[in-house]
Amino acid sequence: MISLPFIAVVVLIAFGLATVLFRKNMIKIVMGVSVIGSGVNLLLVSLGYRESAIAPIFTSAETTLMVLPTPQALTLTSIVISMAVTALMLALAVQIYRHYGSLSTEKRRLKE
Amino acid sequence: MSILLHAPALLIAIPLLAAFASVFLNRIGKKALSAWVVFALLATEAIAVLLLLDVMSGARHVYSLGASVPGIVSSTGFPVRIVLVGDALSAMVVFVAITIALLAGIFSTKFIEEGKEKFYSLFLLLTAGMAGLSLTGDFFTMFVFLEMLSISSAGLIAFFREGTSFEAAFKYMVVSSIGILFLLFGVGLLYGKYGFLNIAAVASMAAMQFSFIDGVALALISAALLLKSGAVPAHLWKPDVYQKAPAPVVAVLLTSGLVGVYLLFRILFMIVPGAGISQAVGSLIAGIGLVSIFVGVTMALKQESLRRLMGYAAVAETGYILLAIGTALSVASFASVFSMNALMGGIFHIINDAIDLGFLFLAIGAVSYVAKTDNLSEIKGLAHKAPGLSVIFLIGLLAISGMPPLNGFASKLMIFESLYFFSPLLSIVALLGSMAMLAIFVKVFASIFLGPAFKGTVRKLPRRMAFVLLCFVLTMILIGFFPGLVVDLLVEPAAAALTSSCSYIGGIL
Repeated sequence: MISLPFIAVVVLIAFGLATVLFRKNMIKIVMGVSVIGSGVNLLLVSLGYRESAIAPIFTSAETTLMVLPTPQALTLTSIVISMAVTALMLALAVQIYRHYGSLSTEKRRLKE
Repeated sequence: MSILLHAPALLIAIPLLAAFASVFLNRIGKKALSAWVVFALLATEAIAVLLLLDVMSGARHVYSLGASVPGIVSSTGFPVRIVLVGDALSAMVVFVAITIALLAGIFSTKFIEEGKEKFYSLFLLLTAGMAGLSLTGDFFTMFVFLEMLSISSAGLIAFFREGTSFEAAFKYMVVSSIGILFLLFGVGLLYGKYGFLNIAAVASMAAMQFSFIDGVALALISAALLLKSGAVPAHLWKPDVYQKAPAPVVAVLLTSGLVGVYLLFRILFMIVPGAGISQAVGSLIAGIGLVSIFVGVTMALKQESLRRLMGYAAVAETGYILLAIGTALSVASFASVFSMNALMGGIFHIINDAIDLGFLFLAIGAVSYVAKTDNLSEIKGLAHKAPGLSVIFLIGLLAISGMPPLNGFASKLMIFESLYFFSPLLSIVALLGSMAMLAIFVKVFASIFLGPAFKGTVRKLPRRMAFVLLCFVLTMILIGFFPGLVVDLLVEPAAAALTSSCSYIGGIL
């Protein structure tokens, strides 16, 4: 049952989380979030995959077994959203760099 | 009546359209923009009231997008469309959310002086996100609205373009987008098992054939929603964000956190009692609530910055809701008066929390507007220059710390009373937290308003801001004097809607 795509999902999410947790550079954190997003998208697509099935747009193909269309629609939406999220986070990182001249998260300026 | 028929869709569509139109209206003039925004929010509010009045009797509005007859979800018994659900609980939540957004919107017509069109398009997007989140009936739309909410709020948090506000926005964005991705992961797992995205359809099956996969998915989804509502241990973004975001934005953000709490319980109450794990899950949620109260209050005690302090107080207030509803969930038999009371106290506290904390942040905004500084530690002895403001600020502080006869007391008393029945210890901790909160707020009040007279010049509070603050204060006093009315009209139907998950599921499928 466990197949390659699912292992890849776990690996991607683990890498992404590790990056977010242990890296101090904001750009790398953004990359980490983006990688987690790819892992989740891969999960969605692989959940809808069916062996030797056709794309859900052909109506008069020989086989009637189709891969599930819903996860693909979900993934498309999620890709678009994650692009917006990444762009916004990078824009914030640019602004932070302009203000402080550094992208490190080590120095906390918001007071405890 | 067709407005009522389309009410759930209109509640999302109006602010969404108004958000994009506001950029164009700015070309006509600043006044036109403000008038447009207030008009759009008023129209949304009117529809929210219509919906609420209609469902108060226990009816349910199911609206499936794209169907020829919006009331029919599936003719074949297979729910594929996006569904919006307005029942007594979600209509109440949407009503509270839109009301706070309306008042904060009116407040910010004066509060925000530069870049209004950007502010308002994000603000209305945030409102649309909240409305969508409270009405959504399927998991994927929930994901989309959560992202919409966090993207627009990140923009608003960084609105004043200071270094620290960008930092707060970045932090918020990292935390919330990871949380939401985990939610999507959980939703994916549920879809993989059941092939549905409709919450009711998934819940009806998950309750019966609950397995490890459902447990993982439920944990991921709950974790994301708890993070959104800022409960311990995912509370760290809250003080940062509340410290740096513009005051009216904080009022709305905090309401969006409460919408997250609502969604959490909507999902849990549908799946958990049927699966027979209500004791474990309920006690876990109640435990998180208890720790949130403790951490929120103790951290608030040592804060120097007023708005950070309020952020921790908000964590503690969320804790009360989680504690009450979690305890009610843990017994899962809603026949007993006590569990029903705990549940109603929790739901009532959602309303009061939004009103009290929302008011306090707007009042802090008014203080910094009047004294022309964002640095609240510079402000001392303002009562000499702005006596009216100090009186209503005091009323708000008393309300949030649960003093009679204000609204915070009414809901907290319900919570304390009913918790005492389950375990006196819970009640005592909750009560102590409430008392510590009063001590903290007395300190806050003294530091801003009392002492030798404020030296700087003082601006007059614009009439519009004063009007908004007075609306809040009047509501607090009215709810404080007539809590029974609110409980009968709003809270009891909402609690009934939350516990009768079978009828919810049956109504949708």
